Amino acid sequence: MNRHLLSINDLSPQDALGILNTASELSKISDGPMKKLPTLRGRTIVNLFFEDSTRTRISFESAAKRLSADVINFSAKGSSVSKGESLKDTAQTLQAMGADAVVIRHGASGAAQRLADSGWISASVINAGDGTHEHPTQALLDAYTIRSKFPQYQESFAGLKIGIVGDILHSRVARSNVLLLTKLGAKVTLVAPPTLIPVGVTDWDVDVSYDLDDVVKKVDVLMMLRVQSERMKDSFFPSEREYSRGYGLDIARLNALQEHAIVMHPGPMNRGLEISAESADSHRSVVLAQVANGVLVRMAVLYQLLGGAALTGEVSA
Amino acid sequence: MQYTIKNARLLDGSVVDVVIKDGTITEIGNSLNVGEVVNADKNLLIPGLVDLHTHLREPGREDSETVATGSMAAAKGGFTAISAMANTFPVADTAGVVEQVFRLGQEAGYCDVFPIGAVTQGLKGEALAELGAMANSKARVRMFSDDGKCVSDPLLMRRALEYVKTFNGIIAQHAQDPALTVGSQMNEGVVSSKLGLTGWPAVAEEAIIARDILLAEHVGSRLHICHLTTAGGVDLLRFAKSRGISVTAEVTPHHLLLTDDLVANYDPVFKVNPPLRTEKDVVALRAGLADGTIDIVGTDHAPHPTEDKDCEWQSAAFGMVGLETALSVVVKSMIETKLMSWSDLVERMSIAPARIAGYSNHGRDIAVGAPANLTIIDTSSNWIVDRNRLASKSKNTPFQAMSLPARVLHTFFNGNLVLKDSELVRGGSN
Repeated sequence: MNRHLLSINDLSPQDALGILNTASELSKISDGPMKKLPTLRGRTIVNLFFEDSTRTRISFESAAKRLSADVINFSAKGSSVSKGESLKDTAQTLQAMGADAVVIRHGASGAAQRLADSGWISASVINAGDGTHEHPTQALLDAYTIRSKFPQYQESFAGLKIGIVGDILHSRVARSNVLLLTKLGAKVTLVAPPTLIPVGVTDWDVDVSYDLDDVVKKVDVLMMLRVQSERMKDSFFPSEREYSRGYGLDIARLNALQEHAIVMHPGPMNRGLEISAESADSHRSVVLAQVANGVLVRMAVLYQLLGGAALTGEVSA
Repeated sequence: MQYTIKNARLLDGSVVDVVIKDGTITEIGNSLNVGEVVNADKNLLIPGLVDLHTHLREPGREDSETVATGSMAAAKGGFTAISAMANTFPVADTAGVVEQVFRLGQEAGYCDVFPIGAVTQGLKGEALAELGAMANSKARVRMFSDDGKCVSDPLLMRRALEYVKTFNGIIAQHAQDPALTVGSQMNEGVVSSKLGLTGWPAVAEEAIIARDILLAEHVGSRLHICHLTTAGGVDLLRFAKSRGISVTAEVTPHHLLLTDDLVANYDPVFKVNPPLRTEKDVVALRAGLADGTIDIVGTDHAPHPTEDKDCEWQSAAFGMVGLETALSVVVKSMIETKLMSWSDLVERMSIAPARIAGYSNHGRDIAVGAPANLTIIDTSSNWIVDRNRLASKSKNTPFQAMSLPARVLHTFFNGNLVLKDSELVRGGSN
């Protein structure tokens, strides 16, 4: 595996499964009496967040602390970044403070890759969401969640049908999930109004549908994406209500799902827009499992990138 | 000052000696030995290159380029005339600013610097700048452009096209529909969709080209399309020329060689406006330049300081330097691929641009009585681009470390040797 996690493209299917397996091992420890491992004791992980994202930051922070790393949280608001300091200077400042890994959330697509490639710093870089590009740990935690719900799909997702619904164009969650889920063998169908599908989708290994009613009947996993109401102002769709009627998961569509199908959402949810309250709270919803699994998967990523001793050895230690 | 260029190979293959005196070619023959001898060693002697699209950044952004450093880069690239775009601070929208830029070019003495005037006041696209005053100034501006911005208001574009007819002016359009390119970062297509970068669709360029071609036809004016980048744009130009519309077009060297998949690692050195397009577009642009649908090569030399490129893609400035690599990149894209001859190259990079802009001392046949604006090219050696050796103040070349064909050996501007053995002659001509 690479020194950085910038994109799902950095991972082979074996790398990805390795992370999921490590997360499974870690879950056994988390269920035990000693939740904290000494693996990354003395290592410093910086959460460098240029965008507000309490959920993702807390998830990474929790993951790092459970591995005994020291954590520095750096948020752009109220910092020198808002005074015009460049990404380069900010990164080099953190490097000088001894960061071993930088977890970066940034509004610009490619910001994590620039940090890794530019020679500005030597720390490992983990992409915690860059613009409208990727959010690889979200895709990994989603794959982990799917695997935990479908015991028959442990080494491959071949045969699994997954629908991803919503603002594909602007979604880093969708990009990472398309890459990872297809890499693992799943059949992915994207569902959105044509305005929210990228023109280059023809090059992706997915099906595209504009008919959610048709797709809900066929999928094993239905992943709903957050839709920002600002998109309406740019005429990506005429109104929230029209979007919700066409692409929202209401009670009728929830009931049309197959018996075993699950509903996912990366959060935070817009209840009543892309997902109804009944759907969000139904027994099919795995939204809270996704949150819990996020910590495990991020622990696994930190563990693999920063290299601890063999995991099994530590479990017994 | 007198020079004899010994053993110069001309485009027809003949080898001659050329005598230059007081800025003019005075004799062409054999066994001539007058004044300082420059041995061309059978390298190719051609009229100096002419660029109609150069950003020199002075006044206002002298940290990235000055008229003097840009002129030096031009001489190193084999250019004897360049055209300073209007998007300076202050904008070149008055007689005062264009005269200043023109004078700075004369003082630098490495090449002619002909200012391009802004079409609209402050490049704001709202009201015409004083086009007549700039035309009548000492800079004698004939070409006008809001380059960097599109004159998107169709009525204002129509008025500009009509107005410049009184002095045979030409409007150079940066074809980019602003509403279709809000926040655009790169070509819209397969690569932008993967990278999650906001797309700059081909139609945003083509829609303006189509509109302006029809406007130029309607009012019978001269239109020049800056930096054409799309296959569809080439088709539109072909259509316009078949209708006899007075439109000319340029392509940049980088759009002849580079494609949008280079953006994959988000290195802003590849960030440029208009953006790098696809392989299909590159093929169409090359074909268009070869068959004359595209009249000229324009560098769109766009210097930027390091900090404007040493950052994340979205925050980076658009643009690439190009004066010192233009000839070699065109040779690589057009001559090594057998699409064009050296005569075609001279037409597209010297004769045609001089004709379009009315630079009567440039792009002339090598003949007795012609102004001595000349360059001598070693057509058989390659060189490696090293950004730290560029004469330009800025280092944002996308061709770093690339091996390119054809080296500029010597450049004569106005009868003076300004580049000798690929090194600038200190102080230029003065």
